[in-house]
Amino acid sequence: MSHTDSMSANAHVQHHFVDSEQQFDSAKLGMWLFLVTEVLFFGGLFVAYIVYRAWNPELFTLAATQLDTVMGGINTLVLIGSSLTMALAIRYAQLNDAKKSFWMLGATIAAALVFMVIKYFEYTHKFHLGIFPGEAYTFTGIDHPKAHIFFSIYYMMTGLHGIHVLIGIGLIGWLMVKTKRGAFSAEYYTPVEITGLYWHLVDLIWIFLFPLLYLID
Amino acid sequence: MTNTTKPVAIREFPVEEFPETHYLNATKGLKSWMLTLDHKRIGLMYLASVIFFFFVGGLLALALRLELWEPAQNFMDAETYNRVFTLHGAVMIFLFIIPSIPAALGNIFLPVMLGAKDVAFPRLNLASFYIYLGGAMFTLYSMAHGGIDTGWTFYTPYSTNSGSAVISMTFGVFIMGFSSILTGVNFITTVHKMRAPGQTWGKLPLFVWSLYATGVIQVLATPVLAITLLLLIMERTLGIGIFDPALGGDPVLFQHFFWFYSHPAVYIMIVPGFGIISELISTFSRKVIFGYWAVALSSLAIAFIGFLVWGHHMFTSGQSELSTVVFSFLTFFVGLPTGIKIMNWVATMYRGSIWLATPMLYAIEFLFLFTIGGLTGIMLGALSVDIHLHDTYYVVAHFHYVMMGGTVFAFLGGLHYWWPKFTGKMYNETLAKIASVILFIGFNMTFLPQFVMGSQGMPRRYFGYLEQFQTLHQYSTVGSWILGVGFLLVAYYLIVSLVKGAKAPSNPWGGRSLEWMTSSPMPAHNFEHVPVVIHGPYDHHQPIAEFRMGIDAPHHDTTHA
Ligand SMILES: [Cu+2]
Repeated sequence: MSHTDSMSANAHVQHHFVDSEQQFDSAKLGMWLFLVTEVLFFGGLFVAYIVYRAWNPELFTLAATQLDTVMGGINTLVLIGSSLTMALAIRYAQLNDAKKSFWMLGATIAAALVFMVIKYFEYTHKFHLGIFPGEAYTFTGIDHPKAHIFFSIYYMMTGLHGIHVLIGIGLIGWLMVKTKRGAFSAEYYTPVEITGLYWHLVDLIWIFLFPLLYLID
Repeated sequence: MTNTTKPVAIREFPVEEFPETHYLNATKGLKSWMLTLDHKRIGLMYLASVIFFFFVGGLLALALRLELWEPAQNFMDAETYNRVFTLHGAVMIFLFIIPSIPAALGNIFLPVMLGAKDVAFPRLNLASFYIYLGGAMFTLYSMAHGGIDTGWTFYTPYSTNSGSAVISMTFGVFIMGFSSILTGVNFITTVHKMRAPGQTWGKLPLFVWSLYATGVIQVLATPVLAITLLLLIMERTLGIGIFDPALGGDPVLFQHFFWFYSHPAVYIMIVPGFGIISELISTFSRKVIFGYWAVALSSLAIAFIGFLVWGHHMFTSGQSELSTVVFSFLTFFVGLPTGIKIMNWVATMYRGSIWLATPMLYAIEFLFLFTIGGLTGIMLGALSVDIHLHDTYYVVAHFHYVMMGGTVFAFLGGLHYWWPKFTGKMYNETLAKIASVILFIGFNMTFLPQFVMGSQGMPRRYFGYLEQFQTLHQYSTVGSWILGVGFLLVAYYLIVSLVKGAKAPSNPWGGRSLEWMTSSPMPAHNFEHVPVVIHGPYDHHQPIAEFRMGIDAPHHDTTHA
């Protein structure tokens, strides 16, 4: 922050912070800490996955054949692309280019929606076959007594991830409204930055989920 | 950076005594409280809530003790008894003790001790309070709808098919987890980013260090509880089969998940208490704390080693021999940093000029009770002994010596220590001392017999018992009444203090940390200047004026909404 800033340039600084820099650093640290909690939250599911896979290695290779690698692969590319557009949205916000930032946020939401639509087709296809989570599981195509547990883990992991994608869509939509109103500039783009951090984590979790669930041989 | 640095003058800022306006009356009306972003008001609302739930949990405990007056049924049936002890545990742990020190006292004092105007994220702070209330509502709802009889540990497979309100209860705890996480995130960020000029890590009050370590545990452990409870809820609603052996799942996996959170969680409950004791012992001994870094870093050591000992709850659950040995060793190991603290506190008191005011009385009682609790914990960590004592009253007594004798006594010490600061009123010192002694006697009378019973084989959570235990149970029940009388007395003189207590000076105990360098009660923004820290928080040998240094607050162009 330069000292010659007009008073309005500091209007975003909340009263309990000394300056804009302290506010930005705090927000960023807070978001990183929140991401740590997210990693541990999903970490519990990853542990459940590891335990059940260690006990039933054959189940995982069998059951994974029911997952559509092509759809999962497309979704992986879509999410990686959305991370790029999100990063660009932050960059344009830093460069004071609200218009391009707005469109990049829009592209991110579009990619997230594509992801959810593909996920929807994957889920409905499985429901059609009787692959439901838990006791509702009726599929007979996998010859293993614990096949339903694999899909319970699958639905828990992808379902919670999907909820995070939906939350991301909501947050980015809110950023678009704020961007349209000219709330962000090179001096103040904290919400764009920290939402970006969140979105990258959502992306990263999927990058772990995809090989662990779909690509088992 | 194109800053042209203007020279700033550091000068002493005398404290205004008995201020007309302060944070309690700066704004008025219900809305100014419900929607407040002031950490002190949020802390007060937390304080009122945790005291209320302590009262609820305490009544449940009195009911349990009364039922145990006789070996057979006394006034409630076995099913009710199971629900009452589950609720007692769940209310005391999730609604009282976890938020008690950090979210109530910590919220009020962390920013003040850092010389900051507020926590880093005031809105999240308010949100965490309402999330906590929301979770509490679910708990009350499950109480009204049949209660829950699984014990506060919710072990599978019983919790997957018990007919009681498991879902609403665990969902309530799940929600309260978010509140705890937000508090942790907020505190860690605040300690990192909001310290006053000159306040290096080596000049942080030890209460702040303890809240920091607690924040680390909250952030790392609570999400695992969240996913565990979510899986349990899914187990009950969809039958996902991960924990339920009838569906091919593994109930011991639930225990691993649960204790991965719940062992560190006992440190969420006790570490802030350690912080309070450090403040009390230094202030009332008029001495620099002995081994500042040892006390500060042992909190962090506890936070990290505490994550590696969860298996000591499962010595009898069919764990492999190798893991029980490793977990037993690590459990002994986590006793070390705690022992370091006790030694340093005692060394601080050595040759100090001890002022036995009420808070210090609580601190000394804490030293006795917590040491007993801690050493019996080492006993339980020993494999062969634990096989004998597992699931007996010995465990119940150990847990209460640590949690009640430890955390509750530290909480009471902190409450009395800071009461003049955040209410602006003094309390009746004589009554406070009497109450403290009554509580000490009542506590020991309640829980000491339980060690004996437990070592003789009285199992915990049992509704009926062998006649040979009746005398000890009756001692324990009478002790619980003495405890009840003690707490009523505390409530009485604190209410009197609020209504017509003498006005409190800004520094009644001669403390040296920043909260004593502002008015009682504090102004709405804690300080009218920017405090500058020169000395450590326990440097009682330095002139007090040098603790009141600061620079003029920069003119702020924003209104605070
Ligand atoms: Cu433990």
